[in-house]
Amino acid sequence: MPERSIGGIRKVGHRTIDGVWRMGVATRFFLLTLLHSGICLRRPHLVIREIFSAGVLSLIIIVVSGLFVGMVLGLQGYETLQTYGSEEALGILVALSLVRELGPVVAALLFASRAGSAITAEIGLMKATEQIAAMEMMAVDPIARVVAPRFWGAVISMPLLAALFSAMGIFGGYLVGVVMIGVDDGAFWSQMQSAVDFREDILNGVIKSVVFGVAVTAVALFEGYDAPPTAEGVSRATTRTVVTSSLAILALDFVLTALMFRGV
Amino acid sequence: MSGNLVEIQGLHFAYSDRPILKGIDLNARRGQVVAIMGNSGCGKTTLFRLISGAVKPTRGTLKVDGLNVGDLDQDGLYQLRRRMGVLFQFGALFTDMSVFDNVAFQMREHTDLPEAMIRDLVLMKLNAVGLRGAHDLMTSELSGGMARRVALARAIALDPMLILFDEPFAGLDPISLGVIGNLIRRLTDTLGLTSIVVTHDVQESLKMVDYVYFISEGMVEAQGTPAEIKASGLPFVHQFVHGEEDGPVPFHYPADPYPADLRLSYA
Repeated sequence: MPERSIGGIRKVGHRTIDGVWRMGVATRFFLLTLLHSGICLRRPHLVIREIFSAGVLSLIIIVVSGLFVGMVLGLQGYETLQTYGSEEALGILVALSLVRELGPVVAALLFASRAGSAITAEIGLMKATEQIAAMEMMAVDPIARVVAPRFWGAVISMPLLAALFSAMGIFGGYLVGVVMIGVDDGAFWSQMQSAVDFREDILNGVIKSVVFGVAVTAVALFEGYDAPPTAEGVSRATTRTVVTSSLAILALDFVLTALMFRGV
Repeated sequence: MSGNLVEIQGLHFAYSDRPILKGIDLNARRGQVVAIMGNSGCGKTTLFRLISGAVKPTRGTLKVDGLNVGDLDQDGLYQLRRRMGVLFQFGALFTDMSVFDNVAFQMREHTDLPEAMIRDLVLMKLNAVGLRGAHDLMTSELSGGMARRVALARAIALDPMLILFDEPFAGLDPISLGVIGNLIRRLTDTLGLTSIVVTHDVQESLKMVDYVYFISEGMVEAQGTPAEIKASGLPFVHQFVHGEEDGPVPFHYPADPYPADLRLSYA
């Protein structure tokens, strides 16, 4: 076998081993985070602070994006429904699209870009400036003090942001469909009320957003903690957080949708 | 109780198969300021990491207050570190906290002291480094020298028995340099600490330390009091103390003959 082919096979082997090893390290890191989560109950102010950082500071992007997505849904939905003379069903279309799918997914993608990248950059820079090492030298476990509160703060924020995104989207759809185009107000709301099921639609949407929240935050925390302590290392880790968590959201969405809505 | 707080015997350390330390013997007596000096890459930062328990020795013993650091599990290490202070090269202050909160950090993490008492203690520690008036500032508002002093106040927050200083003089102006040097000496004496200073700065260190270890290529090349070091005839020590360009530590990294590298015909 030529030398070049052997070199190529060796490279693939190395990458595979590195990938498996990194997955193992990430899993251990995630389990350690869960194991050290007791601090969040003992000192809830640490989590509240992270809910502010990850959740409250993401409000603007979530509210504005939700509103525009809902307005676009209103316009597009009306165009299609009008063809079949069912424009009164606009409320159902907007609500189900948002609650089941767009709310959790788009909010999670935005959350990954805003809060996930911020978490990675913050922890990566803490590592680069020896703040994490200093904490360890002070006999304070950084997984408990830094990582666990950020994890729970972000996981709690995610479903709330997704719910807000859906609510703003429905409001956007209402503005375009009812206020601007003139779809019947009563039909818009009553059809939505009768068609949207709490367990099948809303609860499943909440479950999705919790799962996405866990995935995005776990990726963001690990990438930050594992980042090489250099400017380039932190920059690459931040990019990896956005790319990896976005792909994870879309893949998980397919799996969850297949599990939740089959046969409905 | 032994007179030595830190006792190192036959210490070896290697990263994978690359040896860094090759049989170090070093002691730090209680109440002394001990300097570890050497050129870049000689292994002194690795020694610092070994004493703090960040890495474990490959061979040999390293005892701090009678405890073999290499044998401690994480709980044991954390118990030991509660009695140690570490000052990092650039302070490593927590950037999302004020000066006050940085100094109070360990008190809040490790004690149940009431907030009023923590306030008094923090102000006393900051007063000791001359920065009581800066307690409300954020770390981004501090100069390099001030940040180093706040980090020193944080390191003495829980009255440790040992403080490790990693390049405490790096990047400081002459005034700050003198201030930090004096603080290390004064705090060691008044608080009854033991200080280990890893540094390049020969002149500032020799003014205030009790004992010096010179490390070269992973081994102790020379040791002694500042007076003995200044009078030393060892070529390595002479080169280091006087900052000479060439000597046992060569100016040029090993390379092929210069003319050969330039492909000159007479090479």
